[in-house]
Amino acid sequence: MTAESTAGPAIRVQGLEKAYGELEVLRGVDFDVARGSIFALLGSNGSGKTTTIRILATLLKADAGTAVVNGFDVATRPANVRESISLTGQFAAVDGVLSGRENLVLVARLRHLKAPGAVADDLLRRFSLADAATRRASTYSGGMRRRLDIAMSLLGDPPVIFLDEPTAGLDPEGRMEVWQTVKELAGHGTTVLLTTQHLDEAEQLADRIAILHQGRIIANGTLAELKRLLPPAKAEYVEKQPTLEEVFLAIVGNDHIRHVTGTSNQGNHG
Amino acid sequence: MTTYFFGDTAVLTGRTLRHVTRSVDTIITTAITPVAMMLMFVYVFGGAIDTGPVQYVDYMLPGILLITIGSGVAYTALRLFIDMRTGIFERFQSMPIARSGVLWAHVLTSLVANLISLLLVVAVALLMGFRSGAGILAWLAVAGILLLFTLALTWIAVIAGLTAKSAEGGGAFSYPLIFLPFLSSAFVPTATMPGPVRWFAENQPVTSIVDTIRDLFARQPVGDDIGIALAWCAGILVVAYGFAMAAYRRKIA
Repeated sequence: MTAESTAGPAIRVQGLEKAYGELEVLRGVDFDVARGSIFALLGSNGSGKTTTIRILATLLKADAGTAVVNGFDVATRPANVRESISLTGQFAAVDGVLSGRENLVLVARLRHLKAPGAVADDLLRRFSLADAATRRASTYSGGMRRRLDIAMSLLGDPPVIFLDEPTAGLDPEGRMEVWQTVKELAGHGTTVLLTTQHLDEAEQLADRIAILHQGRIIANGTLAELKRLLPPAKAEYVEKQPTLEEVFLAIVGNDHIRHVTGTSNQGNHG
Repeated sequence: MTTYFFGDTAVLTGRTLRHVTRSVDTIITTAITPVAMMLMFVYVFGGAIDTGPVQYVDYMLPGILLITIGSGVAYTALRLFIDMRTGIFERFQSMPIARSGVLWAHVLTSLVANLISLLLVVAVALLMGFRSGAGILAWLAVAGILLLFTLALTWIAVIAGLTAKSAEGGGAFSYPLIFLPFLSSAFVPTATMPGPVRWFAENQPVTSIVDTIRDLFARQPVGDDIGIALAWCAGILVVAYGFAMAAYRRKIA
């Protein structure tokens, strides 16, 4: 929609800080997302993933640092940023009272598209929702609702899409459907920034993965690069490659594992 | 962005109006409590209340209309709260639209939904014998005051909807609004009340609004009351709008 600088990364985040009162959620976050790539922000609950997305989507102001999306600074050109992005929130933000088709037509109208009905029908077909088009979205399964949610984000072809935990609360089948959709998106040149707690999701989808931990990016690279952060596995009888999960736990440190053990010890003594 | 303000607000209002037309029960519920009160007051208590030569149903209808609005705006707060909780509010705010249109859509929908409820209550009152010789101008004045009162209470509802932590909390603000007419001239003449209660009743907003509407219906001169009533409505509107905007800015950067 917006023909701004096609050079440079789709997203550039530098020194981003945000605190809620005493609680420092982001403590200097830096990362770049290349155009047309899938970038995963990986972290546990409370690591600052959603806060980062909310700042990038102009829903929240940062305390310090800069964030540039599609060449526009989120602080000074928020209206241009909103023309460049779509946000799919953690909880599928569809209108349950409206039908799937009405949801799509609504967003198409708000994006001032010509022929909103035709665009909606096209997306319903693409996302295998044509049969359920006239049913209220509240009757959809979790996977269908998330597909509708993502379809709503595609209206107007924004160059950058934020997916905040796109598979949270979905069953394995629903997850596979969403993964397939995300892969197709990036295939069409859309830049995707997704957050996830699931290591296999990042491994499946992302071109680059950044690990956000306690408000800082503590690792950033391709899956292969992240794997190299660990010493290569020693081959004795069977060579075992570290999984991303092992890499994650090793870099993050195993504080919370110790914490859990501590609690259960106390329980034993008591 | 302002070029799209009216178009975007119209699209978003169409959406929230659909919420109303697809849950007609909210309109019925809004109308049912005031109708039940009207039946109670007219057929049970009303006989014991001396309102002079005025028919009791004519006397108390203005107060009942204000109670209708008080319970109607609770649904405005609820609809807004649900939009906040489900995340669709944030979806709209992250889109290239006139952002304030999202709030205005709820406000306009509130006006329409309350108007329907008010018409239902007036229809029941007519069946119960309510009669007014008011001319078209007086009716328009009544409609104007009720509209202004609805608008003022709607912005209070917006504050509640934006700041509520639960759906129940979102509607709780409306209980005092529904109760206030009882401490006014709506159901009994204030002259029968003991000192401090009478002082409160005569100086709170509902009394001036009720007296104005009652005089308009009865084809009596409205006197100073209409000025006081309009000042109260405008004052509440301005203060509530200010707080609603402050709450909105705290939610959305």
